[in-house]
Amino acid sequence: MTSLTLYLLLAALIFAAGLALAVTRRNAILVLAGVELMLNAANLNFLAFWRFGQHPEALIGFLFVMFSIAIAAAEAAIGLALILAVFRQSHTINIDQIEQLKG
Amino acid sequence: MSSIQIADQIFVLLKHWLVGRVPVSLQPVVGILITVIPIICVFPALFAITTILERKGLGRIQNRYGPNRTGPFGILQPLADGVKALTKEDIIPANADKVVHFFAPVVLVMLVFLAYAVLPMGRNMAAVDLDCGVLFFFAIGSGTEVAVFMAGWSSRNKYALLGAMRAIAQMISYEIPLILSAVAAIMIAGTLNLQQIVTQQAGYSGIFPHWYVFTPWGFAAFLLFIISATAESNRSPFDLPEGESEIIAGYYIEYSGFKFALFFLGEYLGMFSISAIAITLFLGGWAAPFSFLTWVPSWLWFFAKLVTMILCFIWVRGTLPRLRQDQLMNFAWKFMLPMALVVLTSAACWRYTEGWQRWAISFLVVIIPYSWLGHGMMSNRKLEQRKYRFAE
Amino acid sequence: MNLSFLIPAIILLVGAAAANTLRNLVHCVLALTLAFAGFALLYFGLGAEFLGLVQLLVYVGAVAILIAFTVLLTGGGTAGEQTVLSPRWLQGFLLAGAMFLLLGYGISKSRFTAHAATSVRSYPVSLIGDALITSYALPLEMLGVLLTVATIGGVVLAIREPRQASQSVKVDQ
Repeated sequence: MTSLTLYLLLAALIFAAGLALAVTRRNAILVLAGVELMLNAANLNFLAFWRFGQHPEALIGFLFVMFSIAIAAAEAAIGLALILAVFRQSHTINIDQIEQLKG
Repeated sequence: MSSIQIADQIFVLLKHWLVGRVPVSLQPVVGILITVIPIICVFPALFAITTILERKGLGRIQNRYGPNRTGPFGILQPLADGVKALTKEDIIPANADKVVHFFAPVVLVMLVFLAYAVLPMGRNMAAVDLDCGVLFFFAIGSGTEVAVFMAGWSSRNKYALLGAMRAIAQMISYEIPLILSAVAAIMIAGTLNLQQIVTQQAGYSGIFPHWYVFTPWGFAAFLLFIISATAESNRSPFDLPEGESEIIAGYYIEYSGFKFALFFLGEYLGMFSISAIAITLFLGGWAAPFSFLTWVPSWLWFFAKLVTMILCFIWVRGTLPRLRQDQLMNFAWKFMLPMALVVLTSAACWRYTEGWQRWAISFLVVIIPYSWLGHGMMSNRKLEQRKYRFAE
Repeated sequence: MNLSFLIPAIILLVGAAAANTLRNLVHCVLALTLAFAGFALLYFGLGAEFLGLVQLLVYVGAVAILIAFTVLLTGGGTAGEQTVLSPRWLQGFLLAGAMFLLLGYGISKSRFTAHAATSVRSYPVSLIGDALITSYALPLEMLGVLLTVATIGGVVLAIREPRQASQSVKVDQ
């Protein structure tokens, strides 16, 4: 097993863990946390291919991950603002209970 | 090597000699240990000296003696404090979350010590020479907010939680002007490497040094950095999260004994490391102030500047009253953030102009927005002669 | 499989597993923070020091704190009153397991020409700066616009409505 394969398998495992977190939990905040874990796992994937691929001095994978981190942070902020707004409306963040379109 | 150079590099030479005496297989480990152990010993010793300096200094400013019972003039007070902290009973609230409650001071002190790895304490005397040293420092500093949250939440005490939320809001708000004013110095130096930033400031024109604080943008950036540093380490006048008269001790109310001492240590060490970064970025690091004083060893200059800054922090603590939370946040977002952007513009103007014009343009670019912003902030306040002696 | 891969990988796996299985919401958030720190250490091991520090600054220093604040502002995660997992938890875990098996199968079957023999070189930060300003200037500016939009949008979404509006709504009902 080469080093690249190890990194890719680790990233795949964390992606699955993030998916499990996002799908099996009732709390909206933890769903967002699962999405963040998935984004991070994808970043790890990019970096592994950057490091073990050709022409790492072109910094393509590196810059992709940098933009990805910034965008993921912005998306987390918006997602949490949305959760706050929904909480003010329906006083719960249990996603099974937020089922009405009205409000 | 001449004796001046030997005195300057004495710790580096000592380390190389000690590492040379050890068999080759153990040399990396021993090298790292020899670098790390003095840092772990020197800075807590400086912390002990600072506690007694602070208490005596504050006492004198407030027209009273400080502690003067333990030892002549109270100089054994840190020892007494240490014995008290170690032997006091460690009370944990029954409802508290024990694991998180235990790990909060550990994480804080670990992160604060980690920040000392990149500080250049003398010529060739940084523990680790990272290419992105400044970013390392700020990244580690932002990790301390997690430790504050852990401390505040695990105590299951609403005042602790309130103090923690205030402290985190304050730290996040003041991180932006801190980093932006550091970016001004980084922009002119052209590198994130702390050793190289110091060597860029180590030149002299005549007898005057090239420190960044002696330029218009550098002075403004230094002031912004110092104010943000005071806020980041929760020191007065920004110590509402741990204000002793309001929220008792804020997020570390429920800690006693050695864990409280660890929080105290963490706060002071954070103050030292952020002063050290201010010295490196603006005050020339280990460089001497005048060209005829370069015979004094570089590490002596670094520690002299560090002690001077600590004394200034103590002085400010004894002089200025505490800011309220909303005043603090207004100050950060409505004054310091625009000023930090203005300072960046001024530094950019400095970079691309020459001669006396660069001083004039840079100065004007800083002063005009400063007076506008200052006028805007004070406009709905009338300052009059006070006519009463006591508050109604 | 050397130590600089193994230790961060273990931290990461422990953090992710704890985030999945702990009952208390704040414990999950702290485990997530540990996972982010594990990612940063892995990035150091891959020779991307700058990215590891950016990960620490952004994720551990900002996103984790944001999530913690949201937990506090939406009721403090008082656990124990309801079940922690959704009623379809088994399907969720099976889905995640199937995803991992699929990805693992894909990884093991493909033949990468991995240039793994090169030692880890950390690239100087000036190279990154040059790339950002010259070849990637447009994505950088777009990122600036995106972050501005996100800031304004976040404030608009989360701001409390003024009192008069909500009081008039109550009177109408």
